[in-house]
Amino acid sequence: MTKSNFTRRGVLRTGAVAGAGLSLPTIFTSSASAFTNEPQGGSVTLGFNVPQSGPYADEGADELRAYELAVEHLNGGGDGGMMNTFSSKALRGNGILGKKVEYVTGDTQTKSDAARASAKSMIEKDGAVMITGGSSSGVAVAVQALCQEAGVIFMAGLTHSNDTTGKDKRANGFRHFFNSYMSGAALAPVLANAYGTDRNAYHLTADYNWGYTTEEAVKDSTEALGWNTVAAVKTPLTQTDFSSYIAPVLQSGADTLVLNHYGGNMVNSLTNAVQFGLRDKVVNNKDFQIIVPLYSRLMARGAGANVKGIFGSTNWHWSLQDEGSKAFVRSFGTKYGFPPSQAAHTCYVQTLLYADAVERAGSFNPCAVVEALEGYEFDGLGNGKTLYRAEDHQCFKDVLVVKGKENPTSEFDLLEIVEVTPVEQVTYDPNHPQFQGGSLGSCNPGA
Amino acid sequence: MDSIILQILNGLDKGSAYALIALGLTLIFGTLGVVNFAHGALFMIGAFCAVTLNRILTLSHQVIDNTRTDFLGNPLKVDIPYIYDFFGENIGRAIIDWSVPLSILFAIPIMIAIGVIMERGLIRHFYHRPHADQILVTFGLAIVLQEVIKFYYGANPIPSPAPEAFKGSFDFGALVGFDPNTIIYPYWRLVYFCFSLIVIGAIFAFLQFTTFGMVVRAGMADRETVGLLGIDIDRRFTIMFGIAAAVTGLAGVMYVPINPPNYHMGMDFLVLSFVVVVVGGMGSLSGAVLAGFMLGILESFASMREVIDLLPGINQIIIYLVAIIILLTRPRGLMGRRGVMED
Repeated sequence: MTKSNFTRRGVLRTGAVAGAGLSLPTIFTSSASAFTNEPQGGSVTLGFNVPQSGPYADEGADELRAYELAVEHLNGGGDGGMMNTFSSKALRGNGILGKKVEYVTGDTQTKSDAARASAKSMIEKDGAVMITGGSSSGVAVAVQALCQEAGVIFMAGLTHSNDTTGKDKRANGFRHFFNSYMSGAALAPVLANAYGTDRNAYHLTADYNWGYTTEEAVKDSTEALGWNTVAAVKTPLTQTDFSSYIAPVLQSGADTLVLNHYGGNMVNSLTNAVQFGLRDKVVNNKDFQIIVPLYSRLMARGAGANVKGIFGSTNWHWSLQDEGSKAFVRSFGTKYGFPPSQAAHTCYVQTLLYADAVERAGSFNPCAVVEALEGYEFDGLGNGKTLYRAEDHQCFKDVLVVKGKENPTSEFDLLEIVEVTPVEQVTYDPNHPQFQGGSLGSCNPGA
Repeated sequence: MDSIILQILNGLDKGSAYALIALGLTLIFGTLGVVNFAHGALFMIGAFCAVTLNRILTLSHQVIDNTRTDFLGNPLKVDIPYIYDFFGENIGRAIIDWSVPLSILFAIPIMIAIGVIMERGLIRHFYHRPHADQILVTFGLAIVLQEVIKFYYGANPIPSPAPEAFKGSFDFGALVGFDPNTIIYPYWRLVYFCFSLIVIGAIFAFLQFTTFGMVVRAGMADRETVGLLGIDIDRRFTIMFGIAAAVTGLAGVMYVPINPPNYHMGMDFLVLSFVVVVVGGMGSLSGAVLAGFMLGILESFASMREVIDLLPGINQIIIYLVAIIILLTRPRGLMGRRGVMED
């Protein structure tokens, strides 16, 4: 006769232990490889977050055109554009890691809260594995922080404030566009050469983050070359008529006006300054000059003939003659009938760089992508040799100093390149005072 | 002293725009009792009348210039306006150069028509509805109008320069004995100020010295009694809506050389214009004009560096601060009438 030792409680205990044991490897496996929105099936979704409404809608539309072109090229369509000139040959026109690239779009409205909401929706509802785009530093900083929390990669669009890769930098965020410091460092020697080292500058600065960093950058760079800053006046972002800010400029004894304005602010302040005849005046025995540190061809069009002869800086221009730029302009121009803007260029390049990083890493895992992009050197994307610096995820490349063209041949032919400032001249220490206060942290794969 | 004169001059042109828009707003409110939040959109449409006429005048055919290339390396296509073919290049250029002043003639019938269609087609259905309903429907209309403009003209500002003869500025300070370059003033802003005075004068003269104006004023004071006398006051008020739209539209037409127009420029002026009307006194035409110039000048003073250094942020709130003070001390505004919006 045998006696069984099985009891109800013993069976339950044994079952629980066995179940936990069996599930243990699965838990470990999933935590080792899973990440937010890991692409399933034969496609991967990217999220293009651009201003589709509001005052920057035209710039957003150009960004979207560039993204669509990049997706077409990644999937093997069109003429391949810059994929043919890119120094990395990891992209083969078969999507990313063999998955067809699809995309969803969001409308930032150039408002931080709206941009975060649209990015969140693309991540949570549409399964976007990477978010990119934008036309404002406020939006870039807000969306970058969101992507860090969500565990997806953020490839910034047009954002020029130092803070994006300075005090607000994040491990999951990358910026190809140049920044305020680089504008100042590139512009100052050209200005000193053109206008001398004995100048009294008056700054009008848009009263928000980008305005502050641009003012600081241009002031530091020009003062280092001998210029004196007479005054720096903040102007409300919502200001439309700048006459009451411009009229006192001559009374101050200034002979140079620096307009730290972008978009509609820049169009109106420059128009008003020219209207007041500042450029016809002679002060301190010098011709009065106006400077616009950050030029955008799309915005310059709004200011019309007022941009003629005015210096500024830009990230890229369609008239560049390197093979990468020519390939991109040919692709974009053939498809849309006009040349791309600098916003379109940076967005197109960011998409290729992300896709390339995934290919090289062999994974869509954000941490693998971060590793592939950090310290990555490349060429053939329109700005010469470029480094994605590991310390702050900022691209370091040549910067263009441009001037409003005197005799434009078309509505797109508004700026001429005065100098291609070499990257060495615009490179700074990661702990430079203008960039202090933040830390990258570590990458977040999410999930 | 020179700084004070400078800011008064700056305030005058800003005040001219406020006064013209507020005048139109008050005409509509005074006659029809409608709070029209689409009024800023009328200002914007006026500005785009100037843009449209410029586009009509510069309609072009293309000729190939084989000596130059476009951005793709193809032979450059050069636009030649048809107007050069009709009148010769010199006259054609002059007509295009003067397209903004010419737009006045173009904009008047268009703005009157838009005003009448707006009133007959939409707003008259809201006469007996609460002001909140009127605000909602007119604000919605404003958004629709600006989106329509954005669809056809894009979101970017469109440069619309003044005629060559009015470009640049003159040294007002040197004319009145100050040092050179202390008080400069652009020619076009002077033109805008004078233009606004003419329009304001014309509206007041029209209301004061014509039979039509007399009936309208009587209707503004007591609509029911005027109706009982057998006068079709509704028809006259509809025409007044058209005239108010034209006044605001003209303010927009002449404003384009000051700042390149874009689709949301009306919204930039809308809230300010309502503040001007409230400060001037609801329903008071002269109050609207007075408040327009006063607030324009105060806004200019608040933008002075010395003032901002003393009171940071004052430039952004001055208009609202003044409105609060005026409404606390004179609840009907500067020249408001008893009984208007007090029921």
